[in-house]
Amino acid sequence: MRTALLLLLLLAIAAVPGSIVPQRSSDPNGVTQYFVNNPKSAPILDGFQMFDVYTSAWFSSIYLLLFISLIGCVIPRTKHHIEALRADPPKTPVNLSRLPAHLTRDVTSVSAEAVIEAAHKITRGLRYRVRRYDRGSTLTISAERGYARETGNLIFHFALVGVLLTVGFGGGFGFAGQRVVVEGQGFTNSLLAYDSFNPGRFFNPSTLPPYSISLDSFKVVYEQANPNAIGQPLDYNASVTTQLRGGTPVQQNIKVNEPLRIADTDVYLLGNGYAPTITVRNPAGEVIFTDSTPFLPQDRNLTSVGVIKLPDGLSQQLGMIGFFYPTVSTGHSGALFSMYPDLIDPEVTFNVYAGDLGLNAGVARSVYALDTKNLTQLTGGKTGVKSIELKPGESADLPNGLGTVTFDGVKRFASLDIHRDPTQGWVLVFALAALAGLLISLFIPRRRLWVAVTTLPGGAVHIETAGLARGDDPTLDSAVTALDNAVATNLGLTS
Amino acid sequence: MTDVLSQYSVLSLYSSMAIYAIAFILFTLDLARGAGDDAVVKASKLPRIAMALTTLAFLLQLAATLLRGFAASRVPWANMYEFAMTGTLIIVGVFLAVNIKWDLRFIGTFVTGFALLFLGLASTRYYVEVVPLPPALQSYWLVIHVFVASLGTGFFALGFALSLAQLLQHRRELTNAAAHVVAPVSATVSAPVAAPVSASASDSSATATPSATAPAKSARRSRLEFLKRLPDSIQLENYAYRLIIIGFIFWTFTLIAGAVWAEKAWGRYWGWDTKEVWTFIIWTIYAGYIHARSTRGWRGTRSAWLAMIGFAAVMFNFTIVNIFFKGLHAYSGL
Repeated sequence: MRTALLLLLLLAIAAVPGSIVPQRSSDPNGVTQYFVNNPKSAPILDGFQMFDVYTSAWFSSIYLLLFISLIGCVIPRTKHHIEALRADPPKTPVNLSRLPAHLTRDVTSVSAEAVIEAAHKITRGLRYRVRRYDRGSTLTISAERGYARETGNLIFHFALVGVLLTVGFGGGFGFAGQRVVVEGQGFTNSLLAYDSFNPGRFFNPSTLPPYSISLDSFKVVYEQANPNAIGQPLDYNASVTTQLRGGTPVQQNIKVNEPLRIADTDVYLLGNGYAPTITVRNPAGEVIFTDSTPFLPQDRNLTSVGVIKLPDGLSQQLGMIGFFYPTVSTGHSGALFSMYPDLIDPEVTFNVYAGDLGLNAGVARSVYALDTKNLTQLTGGKTGVKSIELKPGESADLPNGLGTVTFDGVKRFASLDIHRDPTQGWVLVFALAALAGLLISLFIPRRRLWVAVTTLPGGAVHIETAGLARGDDPTLDSAVTALDNAVATNLGLTS
Repeated sequence: MTDVLSQYSVLSLYSSMAIYAIAFILFTLDLARGAGDDAVVKASKLPRIAMALTTLAFLLQLAATLLRGFAASRVPWANMYEFAMTGTLIIVGVFLAVNIKWDLRFIGTFVTGFALLFLGLASTRYYVEVVPLPPALQSYWLVIHVFVASLGTGFFALGFALSLAQLLQHRRELTNAAAHVVAPVSATVSAPVAAPVSASASDSSATATPSATAPAKSARRSRLEFLKRLPDSIQLENYAYRLIIIGFIFWTFTLIAGAVWAEKAWGRYWGWDTKEVWTFIIWTIYAGYIHARSTRGWRGTRSAWLAMIGFAAVMFNFTIVNIFFKGLHAYSGL
């Protein structure tokens, strides 16, 4: 018990650093930022696995030791408990007055046998396990109840082992993938379709269920009446059409707290934003690029940043960093900002860069970032050339007569997370079993009661009632009193 | 309509705070007089008045909380201000409810003081106007998960107060036991029979009877004599344990309900978000507390410290983590 206690406290302490230092699992950007801000200490902390506390060797060893000690404790207790369940209640102690709860009563006009019979009947009625042990002229019963207390305790501990095993191994069979979908577009559920994909250790990609999801529309409702919350989103609703292979298309909705359950996977709506539709033409007027590119939101009014890369079709490779303002406004410094998250007066601006985009090197590049190392800035910033600023439907010339860029309109995008965890239902079952076991083990009292009846020389009958709690039992005294009273009442004696 | 209701809510809350303040003073006076003459203390109506005032303040706070809920057309626990309001309401509610069964009025000072402190901080530092729920909170799990967590906190708070009382009481018992041992040596007068330390009744008879040894004794008497009318430390520990295991059940449920909700809203049932980490830490500390009760050498003082550390972690989770830590549970509305 002492080992378990110390390991529990150690586990509590060991969990603390993970809430102070950003964790790779829950906050990868925070970790990157931490390395930037603390270039000296971060690698040292990393050496101690401080950015992966909950999968670290030291954290794991604490909880594994805890569970080993738990199993080592629970198995002998189970064996002992099974024996106790089969065994009779123990013999009545000779000296009942030494027990923590003890009452006596002398009665006349009833026989000792009648008293002990009544006590037997009453305790049995209260679902005690009762056994009669007579000691010469002293008639006694021994009664015990509350075996479920230990049963519940064992269930609780076994259920915790169940939770650990299902979490530890079960997670390995699932996967989690992310996919950004622009209105009007869709994808089929295959490895290639995902923007990022995290398979479990035992995951087999051929088990990805075949279906397709397309985003018909993405609607956001904003608060407009309450002056303290103007522009606060009230509802996100992604209308999607889903289709299982060979099935008929079905129209469904995904909301933040209402994931879509399809073919053993869960589809969650975890993010959204704007995807301006941009067309680029070469000087001859031929379209070399047209697409709705997701821009990542930067603030609550959805000022968004996106990157368009034009490796082919123009005389130079071009990269454009775009800023999108759903409701544009100009600040005191002349800088643009968005003052409302909905599309009231949208505008997009571009800083254009020319040079080598680095796409031919065979290195994977993020579509959301532009590496400007080998690029020359042509508009915006310190170039002295104004950024390209476009309202919907407007076009502008690219610098150096490279061509034109057109802002055709805006669509919204939804960022979907698709998960499969075949064992999470089992985790819940074990967790609920643990809760049930806990309730039983903490609130069902386990106790032994004894009644001993002796006929005194004068013919009077001496009744002793006593009790012993096994574990916490705040109701022991009242149980002994109640039994004593019940016996008296049953025999028609007034107390 | 929203404005009117929330203004009434604030008014009602301020009234309840004023009454909590009076109740707090009365509870404190009553506690301070505990060291005095038994007959006077027994006849005192102070605790009864203080309880009545606490009940009144509770009702006003309940009205304030309900009005806030009506003003927002949702449950009144969606930001820091509202958490504080509902959380302390539940703590006081649990205190009043438990008093029906056991006489725990002696922790009234703690309960009313705690409510007053948090309501004061919340309404001055963390007040926010009524705003609608963001989509992530629009779920019936908000009702269940947060309410049960607050309920658990209520029981843990009382457990904290009782454990603190237990620690102090234990210290007093030790000091008095030492005084009883020393007294016959330092003075040759037959003092009243040294009373067993654990029985509070005989304890008070020993201290209420001044004898020739009094100067020597009172020098060694504990400064905590105001606790002499409280239950002995063993009884206090039993009370604390009974309340904390109820809190622990609610906390376990909170954890499970939170995981179910997290699976629905965030796509995973457990992700070591800061709030999840602290909920886990608290659960582990109280699991340790429950084990301590059946571990030799850990009953008594060490247990009491665990109960207090556990509640300190609850408070840390509710305040520091909400305000300063970043994570998915960032709903403080600040």
